[in-house]
Amino acid sequence: MKEAAAAATVCTVRGLVKTYPAARGRRGAPGTAEVRASDGIDLEVRRGEIFGLLGPNGAGKSTLVRQLTGLLRPDEGSVELLGHDLVRHPERAARLVGYLGQESTALDELTVALAAETTGRLRGLGLRAARAERDAVLGELGLTPLAGRPLKKLSGGQRRLACFAATLVGDRPVLVLDEPTAGMDPVARRAVWAAVDRRRAEHGTTVLLVTHNVIEAETVLDRVAVLERGRIIACDTPAGLKELVGDEVRVELVWRAEAPLHVPEVAALCDAAQAAGRRWTLRLAPAEARAAVAAVTGGPAFAALDDFTLTTPSLEDVYLALGGRAEGAEGLVKA
Amino acid sequence: MSAVSAEAVTAGAVRSGGDTRPRSGGDGAAPLAPRAKLLPALAAVYRAQLSRARVARIPLLFVATFQSVGIMIMMRGVVDGGAEARAVVAGSSVLVVAFVALNLLAQYFGQLRASGGLDHYATLPVPPAAVVLGAAGAYASFTVPGTAVTAVVGSALFGLPMGHLWVLAAVVPLSGAALAGLGAALGLLAPRQELATLCGQLGMSAALLLGVLPAAHMPAPIAYARDLLPSTYGVEALARSFDARPDWAVVAADLGVCAAVGVVSLAAATWAYRRAAVR
Repeated sequence: MKEAAAAATVCTVRGLVKTYPAARGRRGAPGTAEVRASDGIDLEVRRGEIFGLLGPNGAGKSTLVRQLTGLLRPDEGSVELLGHDLVRHPERAARLVGYLGQESTALDELTVALAAETTGRLRGLGLRAARAERDAVLGELGLTPLAGRPLKKLSGGQRRLACFAATLVGDRPVLVLDEPTAGMDPVARRAVWAAVDRRRAEHGTTVLLVTHNVIEAETVLDRVAVLERGRIIACDTPAGLKELVGDEVRVELVWRAEAPLHVPEVAALCDAAQAAGRRWTLRLAPAEARAAVAAVTGGPAFAALDDFTLTTPSLEDVYLALGGRAEGAEGLVKA
Repeated sequence: MSAVSAEAVTAGAVRSGGDTRPRSGGDGAAPLAPRAKLLPALAAVYRAQLSRARVARIPLLFVATFQSVGIMIMMRGVVDGGAEARAVVAGSSVLVVAFVALNLLAQYFGQLRASGGLDHYATLPVPPAAVVLGAAGAYASFTVPGTAVTAVVGSALFGLPMGHLWVLAAVVPLSGAALAGLGAALGLLAPRQELATLCGQLGMSAALLLGVLPAAHMPAPIAYARDLLPSTYGVEALARSFDARPDWAVVAADLGVCAAVGVVSLAAATWAYRRAAVR
């Protein structure tokens, strides 16, 4: 019985629609057309999972998240979080969700310690509890040496980590994190994921994560929804999504200068390749890929080759294969 | 600060309707974490804002004080004693409050709203009144040293009695509440950040011109505008306290107007916050 409840859905979204009205042009600048930022979104997030929203800029990730945190009222559809109807009671979101937005302006002039403590107090903790949690979280994230510094004086990644610390003070069953690791160095990033994992293991915390970093998405997410123009175009585990593109392998070739088109094997690859300067990208079946690599590394073409890589499909390939190729691919960060 | 706490207490009474216990919202719904109660949340916001102000606002407070002292020195050449001198000193002192509470607070809330910083508060279970009153209270408190310095320097400059300057203890919080509420409401209601800044500046200019210049020589429409400005009643109360035997009933009436405007404008600011936070 308990196990069934534990595996239960934490968040159910049905038919969510949000349209931003057209803006009038002002002083010669053209107006913008009406934007359907959420266009019939259905979503289920299960307890204890790290669920990702992946998509290029402007795909509607933040609009969706704002509706899930009670910041934005949807035009249509329903949002149910842990049994609460957030469309009817948006104010309950604050008592269920710890939210890390993209902006830190409300905390910028506070010290790291005061930002965490104040946020904890505003989450309903008493003074003593807020201070104890503040110290624990700052220690956990390695921020104790920076506790007395104002956020404004920190680097972008450190500031982001301090805001993340503030998000963690005052336990919540659900964390909604909008690009939590943007600008962070690897140490800080590891601290973030370790903290998330600990809360997941100890309290079954559910995490909804907005990202456009595909590498991170592949490594930390249990399931991912790919957004494109306000719609979810795919939703599965990263591995499941990758199966969508079959067993294609990506071959990247970097030539020293011009591609040696006089070599017949290279000329044969030329048609299938997407060329960007000296770099060719090919998507091939494994056997073809092996043959291609053998051809360019074995024969006369090798002299012209600077570098090559052979990779299994990434979420970026999935995204491209799903048809998100319209100006979108550049929105995804590969780092 | 009686206007602020009066507002706080009423709002607290309304909100503490047993809503702070964890509770379920229906079948199988998860318990909700407790809401932050009004007074502790207010204290937390106040403390955070005061620490912000300490870092970021001290230079501006110097500007505000020097501005007021400069105006008094300038007016020293035009005015010599009597009712006019009282008006100048009282107006310059209250101007410090207008600069910080009205102008700077309007800018702060305008900027917070434009940059998405309000989301931080809107995703915490904190009563809107706590955010508005905490910020307004911190800005109003921050005007205390500047106002006191200006009043003392002005009294010395124009040879006015300082015996009743304790009335500042009521003038600063009450006119502070009125002007901070107005500033917060302007900042939160202005459709764009620049407009919030503009409104704050204009409000301060109005407080400067209508407060410092002696009222006796004003044309009728301007005198009406002066009566509409909440800072005027703070100025009047302070000016009357320079009399040898002040009419305390009239002083109290003036301060009562400030308090009433403070309650109304802070309530309006709270409403504006609620409107700005959830779109």
